[in-house]
Amino acid sequence: MATDRRDFLINGGRALLVASASAAVALEHVLAGTPEHAPGYTMSEHWWAMTIDIDRCIGCGNCVRACKAENDVPREPFFFRTWVERYHLTADDVDRPVVDSPNGGFEGFKELYRPGDGSKNFYVPKLCNHCAHSPCVQVCPVGATFESPDGVVLVDTTYCLGCRYCVQACPYGCRFIDPRTHTVDKCTLCYHRITQGLTTACCEVCPTDARVLGDLKNPSDPIHAFLREHTIHVLKPQMATGAKVYYADLDGSVR
Amino acid sequence: MGVDTTLLSQVEGFMYPNEVELQWSVLIVLYPFITGLVAGAFILASLERVFKVEEVRPTYRLSLLTALAFLLVAPLPLQLHLGHPERSFEMYLTPHTTSAMAMFGFVYLWYLMVVLIVEIWLDYRRDIVLQARSQTGFLRWIYRAMALGSDNISPRSLAIDDRVGRFITIVGIPSAFLLHGYVGFIFGSVKANPWWSTPLMPVVFLFSAMVSGIALVLLLYMLVSWVRRTAIDMRCLDTVARYLFYAFVIDFSLEMLDLVHRIYVADESFKSLDFMVKTRLFGSQIVVQIILGTLLPLGLLALTQLTRLSDRARKSLYATAGVLTMVGIFAMRWNVVIGGQLFSKTFLGYTVYKMGFATREGLLPAILLMVLPFVILAALIRLLPPWPEPAAQRESG
Amino acid sequence: MAHDFRDFEHLLRLAAIFVAGFVLFVVVRTILVPDDFGEYGHYRAGALDDNRQRPLRHAGMSACVECHDDVVKSRAGGGHETVRCEACHGPLAAHADDPSAQAPELPNPVTVCLKCHLPSMAKPAKFPQVDPSEHADNEPCDTCHVAHAPKLGKG
Repeated sequence: MATDRRDFLINGGRALLVASASAAVALEHVLAGTPEHAPGYTMSEHWWAMTIDIDRCIGCGNCVRACKAENDVPREPFFFRTWVERYHLTADDVDRPVVDSPNGGFEGFKELYRPGDGSKNFYVPKLCNHCAHSPCVQVCPVGATFESPDGVVLVDTTYCLGCRYCVQACPYGCRFIDPRTHTVDKCTLCYHRITQGLTTACCEVCPTDARVLGDLKNPSDPIHAFLREHTIHVLKPQMATGAKVYYADLDGSVR
Repeated sequence: MGVDTTLLSQVEGFMYPNEVELQWSVLIVLYPFITGLVAGAFILASLERVFKVEEVRPTYRLSLLTALAFLLVAPLPLQLHLGHPERSFEMYLTPHTTSAMAMFGFVYLWYLMVVLIVEIWLDYRRDIVLQARSQTGFLRWIYRAMALGSDNISPRSLAIDDRVGRFITIVGIPSAFLLHGYVGFIFGSVKANPWWSTPLMPVVFLFSAMVSGIALVLLLYMLVSWVRRTAIDMRCLDTVARYLFYAFVIDFSLEMLDLVHRIYVADESFKSLDFMVKTRLFGSQIVVQIILGTLLPLGLLALTQLTRLSDRARKSLYATAGVLTMVGIFAMRWNVVIGGQLFSKTFLGYTVYKMGFATREGLLPAILLMVLPFVILAALIRLLPPWPEPAAQRESG
Repeated sequence: MAHDFRDFEHLLRLAAIFVAGFVLFVVVRTILVPDDFGEYGHYRAGALDDNRQRPLRHAGMSACVECHDDVVKSRAGGGHETVRCEACHGPLAAHADDPSAQAPELPNPVTVCLKCHLPSMAKPAKFPQVDPSEHADNEPCDTCHVAHAPKLGKG
């Protein structure tokens, strides 16, 4: 029985030696290697946001079509990185707006309402709000979604498990599961465009400049004047998500 | 989930376009149900081990084996649900500490390895070593491996086992609470969803877990006794039923508190949720969960507590109440998970849940996953028979 | 002393298994976690590059201006001056990359106009809205209007 203890100690010692040797090799592996950076673009110089002027949106659906084309979004009616909603408020029921978004506004909107019925109608484009205190980033179990240093909430599609917790946690309904990759997808603020000096696809094709990309860290960006001169709202402010899509002249009935 | 365009035609009112298809299926209903059974069965076992409720001793080993059988199956519904189950190990590599879900891997592993397996091993070690000595062939190697090659079952070693085992059970109680409570927190912390977002959620989940776990062991004890043709220890059965009743009263009170608070406060989500409960969720919430699954079994159990009934009458009432309870707690999980996704976060619309049958997240896998733990339990009972209870050892420590 | 050890030696075997498991976990973890994980936050820094490297489908107006400066001049002062090219002409990055190979189709003059100008209750009142049946007996818009300079001035 004394030999049992000796054997145990000897074998244990051997195992420990092998383990520490492998750990040392692995550590070296970890300490090496850093990612490449895009030349000419410094993340810390930007803090991206978007402004949407409700008074200018005509519900043409250009943004929805452009986004789906630019970002290769599935064409089925359940998957939208951005979409447009139409609100119809009747005089006798202010609490319950009638809202529709036929295929997200992809083919525009058919006229449903008659002039002179005393109603109030307007369009509201929606997209990911790229929240500064994002509840979706908070709940991701593995770190597959995150806020970039320049303020854009992105997804690492090679790391995402497809657990859908972030989809549940988003108060704005802007996330979906891509049926082809079984990972989460959502508006990336056209990160591949804005880091090259272009604007987002949706802003590029908006005919009335209802949607305008903004860079809050750039002192000469028109967003600062816009925020000053309009009555500004974010969606669901009570959730304190730090949403960075700023709506001008948004009606209180908007969900 | 496949793309089902007929779903759109069944949407009532307005929903964000991405909300129309449900994200979490019946498998995500199954997961809290299963871990709830694990936690509940373990709490029942700890009643005897830690709180010295010796009347329930005949169910001690059965409770532990039940907990183990269900815990082994618990990750399976999650794996079937994930878009990329092969990446699930990432929760061990880079757990995001702000996410309640990230703790799953570690809590599960802790509970399985350190609490359940060690406790079962310590309690059964004597029997394992005896089997290792007496069995032949392949089974002998199984038992030798389970004994970790040790052959020592001297009284002193068994006494040490008993003390360590008691300590493990004490540690196991908060671990069981954590194992199931974090699931409640996963739902309760989602501020975007008013059906889920309440600090009561982990507590309600825990107490309903205890109810379902105790009911399960009660039913299994009756079933196994019937199969073995042995007499049921009525003192044990009565005590288990009594604890079921207590847990159920607390669970019911908590759920009523949540309900009354919602109705009283009537915040922005109330009208929408109220409408949903009265229409799309009426069958599963009002009929199955509340009436059949809570009020009726509570009434039956109260009857057994407040009146004198024959052994036979009590057994039938316990069995009926037990089955109704299991159905009711499953319905509760269903109503939380599915119900929380049927209404729109705009509070202006509703969708439907289309459960497939032989699809990856359909009814068939759900049924198979519920049957599997019983198969595993049967194997465990063969390998590690819960009887006779090692009453003689327990006097020390 | 040896007598005591024998009685809890099985627990040490158990502990050894746990320690071995833990060491294995640590080793596997250091191998499997991506090198760049955690550089900016709890995520793989390479994902930033992955998101940056997606292909462009829309060229952006500055690319169009490089070759089609004449069009820009013809729009000056008109109602559509601030509308960017791809709003009507669709995604043209492929054309901008290789102009001769990818000559794009011109948009349908009726549908492209109406998608913005068809009347709707929800459009802002000040936005020019035209009912084609009332306005021009359903004649196609380009009968009288030039898209780049929409005020009446064709031919």
